[in-house]
Amino acid sequence: MYRYDEFDHDYVRARVSEFRDQTQRRIDGALTEDEYKPLRLQNGLYLQLHAYMLRVAIPYGTLNSRQMRTLAMIAERWDEGYGHFTTRQNIQYNWTRLTDVGDILDALADVEMHAIQTSGNCIRNVTADHFAGAAADEIEDPRPTAELIRQWSTAHPEFAFLPRKFKVAVTGSPNDRAVTKAHDIGLRMLRNAAGEAGYEVIVGGGLGRTPMIGKVIRDFLPKDDLLPYLEAILRVYNLHGRRDNKYKARIKILVHETGIEDMRAQVEAEFERQMHEEGGPLVAPDPVQVARIESYFAPPAFEVLPDRSETLEVAMANDAALKTWVENNTSDHRASGHAIVTVAIKGTGEAPGDATTAQMRVLATLGERYSHDELRISHEQNVILPHVRKDDLPAIFSALRKAGLASANAGLITDIIACPGLDYCALATARSIPVAQDLSRRFAAPERAAAIGNFTIKISGCINACGHHHVGHVGILGLEKSGIENYQITLGGDHTETMAVGERAGPGISAEEVGPAIERLVDAYLDTRVDETERFIDTYRRIGAEPFRQALYAA
Amino acid sequence: MPIITDTGFAPDDDLALLCLDDLTDSTGQAALDLPLDADPDAVPRHFDRLTHIVIPFPGFADGRGFSLARRLRALGYRGRLRAAGHLIPDQYAFARFCGFDEVQISSEQADRQAESQWTIHTRALPPFLRRRTGGWTQPAT
Ligand code: HEM
Ligand code: SF4
Repeated sequence: MYRYDEFDHDYVRARVSEFRDQTQRRIDGALTEDEYKPLRLQNGLYLQLHAYMLRVAIPYGTLNSRQMRTLAMIAERWDEGYGHFTTRQNIQYNWTRLTDVGDILDALADVEMHAIQTSGNCIRNVTADHFAGAAADEIEDPRPTAELIRQWSTAHPEFAFLPRKFKVAVTGSPNDRAVTKAHDIGLRMLRNAAGEAGYEVIVGGGLGRTPMIGKVIRDFLPKDDLLPYLEAILRVYNLHGRRDNKYKARIKILVHETGIEDMRAQVEAEFERQMHEEGGPLVAPDPVQVARIESYFAPPAFEVLPDRSETLEVAMANDAALKTWVENNTSDHRASGHAIVTVAIKGTGEAPGDATTAQMRVLATLGERYSHDELRISHEQNVILPHVRKDDLPAIFSALRKAGLASANAGLITDIIACPGLDYCALATARSIPVAQDLSRRFAAPERAAAIGNFTIKISGCINACGHHHVGHVGILGLEKSGIENYQITLGGDHTETMAVGERAGPGISAEEVGPAIERLVDAYLDTRVDETERFIDTYRRIGAEPFRQALYAA
Repeated sequence: MPIITDTGFAPDDDLALLCLDDLTDSTGQAALDLPLDADPDAVPRHFDRLTHIVIPFPGFADGRGFSLARRLRALGYRGRLRAAGHLIPDQYAFARFCGFDEVQISSEQADRQAESQWTIHTRALPPFLRRRTGGWTQPAT
C-alpha cells in the first residue's frame, strides 16, 4: 500500500485548513456563492436533496483496515451509521452537516485519506482494477501508475478548471475490470514486441446522456512518457473542449467533433513540444519517486501453499451454502493456494453499495486478519479481500454470514449496480434504489440466481448514467413522464473489454412493471439458451433483441 | 483595476495594448492582448518585441488561460505574462505555476477580496511540484 511522504501529509492538512478558510471567506462575503461552489466541489462536498453529501476518495480502490475503521467511525459519528460505496471507488456520506466537514476531513487526513477532487471540473479520483496485484491474469499492477497520476493530478495548476470533469481509469489485465473504455482516458497496460512495458491509451469514452466508447489514440506509449502524454491530452482538451454547453463539454464530444485522427495529431504535436522543451518535459516522472511508489505496491509475502486446500474441500462438502459462495464470490489469485474474495454489498432488499458501520468494522477485521491488511472497493460497489488463503475461506464465510454480508451473488443477477436516484440525488428523475431492492427480492433464491449465471443489471435514476445503465446486460434508466416514474430498458450492454452500449428495447414502463418484465425476460433467456455456459449476453448476441423485446412487453 | 504580484496590490499601469494583427516586423517594444482563441504559434516571431502578453479570463471557471500561458512559456516566451479579468485568490498560485507573473482584477473584486487573501497563496502547494524543486514558475526577465 502506498504511504504518504511528508509532502502528501503537509498537503492534505493544508487543504483542510484551506477549505476551512474558503468556507469562512464565503461566510464573510469575500467569495460569492459562484466563486465558492467549485472550491467546495473540489473538496468533495455536494449539495443534495436533503443535506450535504461528502464524497471521499479511495484512490484506485485500495485501503487498509485502519482506513476502513475510520470510514466506519465517520459514518457513526457524523452520519447516520452507514456509507455508500460508489461505482468510482469512492464512499459517499449522504447526511453530512456543513459544520462537521472540517473535522471529518481532519479525521481522514489522520489515516492518509482525503476528499480532494472527488467532484468539480478537474481530474477526478483515478480508478483501477479492483483485483490489482492479485489477479491471476495480470500483466502488471496498475496501482503504481494510478498513484503517479494521483500525485500529478492533485491540484494540478493548469487543469483545475477544465471544461468538465475528467476521469481516468487504469487496468493491468487484458480482462478489463476497470471499464477503461467508458472513461475520459483509459489506460491498458501491455508489453510491446520488445517486451517493454507501456500503455494503450484510450480517449473519449463516457456514459451520461451521450454514451461513447473510448477510442485508441496511442497503441503503445512507453511508461516513461506517460505524464507528458497525459499532459498533452489535457492541454488540448483544456484549450479546445467546449465551454458553451455543459452537456457537450466532456472530452468525448471534442474527440467526436474533431475526429480521432485530428485529435491524435494535435495531441502528438503537443507531446513533441513538451519532450523538446528546454530542460526536458516538466512532468517527466522522477525515477526516485517512481521507485518509491513501486516499492509500496510490492506484493505481500504469500505463503507457499498447494493450490488445492483440503480444509476448504472438506468444509464445502459439508456446507452447500459455503460451496455456492466460494463458487460465485472468489476469483483466481496469482499465488497458489490463495483466492480473491468479493464481498457483495448487495443483501436481499438492501440498497446496493450501502454498508453499515458494523459491516465496515467486520470487513476491516477480516482484511487485517486474512488479507494482508488490504481491502478494495470495486466499481460494482462491492468490497474485495484481495489476498486470502483458501484455507481461511470457511472462517471468512462464517464471519460474513454473521454480519449479513455473505450474499453469494457476485456477478449474478442480484449483483446490481444502482445510483442513489430520487432517494438522495437532486438531479434524479426517478428512484433507482427501490427498483434494485425489488429485483433483488425477486431473484433472491440462490439456486435460481446460480442457474441464471452471469447477468448484470445496472440502474440509473436519470440520464446522467451514474449507475452505468448503458453498459449493463440489462440497463434500467429511470425517467419521468408527466409526474410519473417511467423506466426505459436497454439490452445488450457490456462493460468489459468487449464493451458495448445497450440498445433501447422500446417504450418506457412503470415502476411496478419493471420487476415482472425482467422476470419474463429472464425466463425467455432460460428457455432459449443453448446450455448453461451461454450467458444472457451471449444469447442476446446470437439471437438479437426481438425475442427479449417480446418477453418484456408480453403483459 | 489593480495589479497583483507576489508583493501585493499595485495600481493599474494602463498598459497600451496591441492585438496580434497590429504587430509588424517594424513594431518596437509592445504589449500584446492575446485572445483565448488565438493561435499561439503565431506569437513566437514577435517574442523579442513583447514586454507583456495579457491573457483574458472572462470568468474564473474558464481555465483556458492557464494552458495558453503554459504553451507560451513552452514556446520560449520570457517577457511578462499577465492574467486579466476574473480570477479568484485561490487561483493565484495556479496562475504563477503556469507562468503568469501577475494578475489584474476589477476594483470591485479588489474591494471584496483584500490583499492578504491574495498573498498567502502558497499555503497549499501541490506535492507533485514541491517534490521537484523549482516548480513551474519561470521568472520574467
Ligand atoms: C448523488 C449525487 C450525484 C450527482 C449530483 C451526480 C451527478 C452526475 C452528473 C451530472 C453526471 C453526468 C456528467 C456528464 O455526463 O458530463 C454524472 C455521471 C456519473 N456519475 Fe454521478 N452523480 C452523483 C452520484 C454518483 C454516484 C453515487 C456514483 C456512483 C455510484 C456516480 C458515478 C458517476 C459515473 C460513473 C458517471 C457516468 C460516467 C461518465 O462519467 O460519463 N455518481 N454524475
Ligand atoms: S444518474 Fe442521475 S439520479 Fe443517479 S446519481 Fe447520477 S445524477 Fe443522480
